[in-house]
Amino acid sequence: MLVPGPLVVAALMSDFLQGTRWLGSNPVKEGELILGEWTIRYLVAALAITPLRRTFGWNWLQRDRRTFGLAAFFYGLTHFLWYALIDIQLDGAELAKDLTKRTYIVVGFTALLVMLPLALTSTRAAIAHLKRRWVTLHRAVYAVPALGIAHWWMSVKADIGEPIVYSFVFAVLLGWRVWHARRDTSGNATAIQPRASTS
Amino acid sequence: MLIRLAAPKDVRPSDITPESMYLSRREWLAAAGLTVGAIAGAAALWPRRASAQQAPGKPYGLQPDDRPTPWEDVTSYNNFYEFGTDKSDPAQEARDFKPLPWTVQVEGLVKKPGAYALEDFLKPSKLEDRIYRHRCVEAWSMVVPWRGIMLADVLKRAEPTAGAKYVAFTTLYDPARMPGQRYPVLRWPYTEGLRLDEAMHPLTLLVTGVYGRDLPNQNGAPLRLVVPWKYGFKGIKSIVRIRLTDAQPATAWNVSAPNEYGFYSNVNPTVDHPRWSQAKERRIGEFLRRPTLMFNGYADQVASMYSGMDLRRNY
Repeated sequence: MLVPGPLVVAALMSDFLQGTRWLGSNPVKEGELILGEWTIRYLVAALAITPLRRTFGWNWLQRDRRTFGLAAFFYGLTHFLWYALIDIQLDGAELAKDLTKRTYIVVGFTALLVMLPLALTSTRAAIAHLKRRWVTLHRAVYAVPALGIAHWWMSVKADIGEPIVYSFVFAVLLGWRVWHARRDTSGNATAIQPRASTS
Repeated sequence: MLIRLAAPKDVRPSDITPESMYLSRREWLAAAGLTVGAIAGAAALWPRRASAQQAPGKPYGLQPDDRPTPWEDVTSYNNFYEFGTDKSDPAQEARDFKPLPWTVQVEGLVKKPGAYALEDFLKPSKLEDRIYRHRCVEAWSMVVPWRGIMLADVLKRAEPTAGAKYVAFTTLYDPARMPGQRYPVLRWPYTEGLRLDEAMHPLTLLVTGVYGRDLPNQNGAPLRLVVPWKYGFKGIKSIVRIRLTDAQPATAWNVSAPNEYGFYSNVNPTVDHPRWSQAKERRIGEFLRRPTLMFNGYADQVASMYSGMDLRRNY
């Protein structure tokens, strides 16, 4: 499941050292884009679990939610490290300017920063310790797709096709939650609260 | 009849894994080991392929370490949104495009306007092979052996009138043949423009070939512009109309995002794109980035055309 990441790194090495063309003519840029897109994909997977579980009763999906969420974080982190180390090659001046002045990079980096505490508190011990505060903290995940898509949308020159498609997917996943929350609070039925236990 | 089946003990590892594969596996392991050393000692730009293929033509503005970018990259890594927005789309989607027959219209402020079949359009001019540096606005670059004619030749024959100040170019508009034009990614047809002195400059080419062969469809067949001191998007592809005007013409990327892409779009490492630095570039086939040169290394020939101009404002 986590395979594409290591494959991208291996492909980059092979392309430069062996002259293969796994990542095409510009392996550095291609690898960066692949890692960014997989971040978004794992985010879709993580956010799709609750709607699928509630709608179809697929409770067995629950245990994969943390895996997908962590995968999204690690792809986001790798995407950032790839950009800093391999793409701009630790050019300090450029890094400083990118991280402060270039909106799409600021937005993307913010998405990563939002995911960081969520990844750090994904252990069972943290969940048990934080109890209800864990639920509150992890609502921050809903900001990540918005930031991630904005980052992607602003980074392209004119080809906004894919960002539009993913925007629609996220709109459905987040819209479902809004609709569900309204339904639960408007009726007098016991509101379904997000549960802290994820095991 | 006795059929002898090979007993399991008869099967050796070399029977299962083809020789070429386990040899390449060993090479890969060796390469992995070399990586550490390579990173430590990467003083050079770490070229990906040892040597580029033979490229015909006279080098223009090349640096000592500039080597022609392999044919494979030149013809598979393309920005040509008329055939899709991914770099690999044009090579796929333009495969069945038939560039010939082709007509080029020369019109506007000229004494001798006309519509020419491509052969007649090219016939009076001398075809030249020239190796140019090519810098994309996206901060990657190539070295390309183009074949073409000087745009100045064509313009002189058309005899611009005294009022002509600019040259406007238009790409073919035909969504049936150019599937990318079915989506409103840019304002179609693609348009570009040059000031008349830029158009008359001896470095400015109308290109019909690359590596001594006819221009592949994905590179802008059958006729494209190449202006080596400007960002690549100024090199409009599949040209059907050349119009002399007295006013600065609209250009496709400037219409799309005026704060990011100006009319001039001269390569300039000191003026950043709003979203990224233009100080360095990644040469296709190299790992480490190169510094970008003023006017893409053609400053000696072209800088005088812009003396006194604020290049930060006229980006």
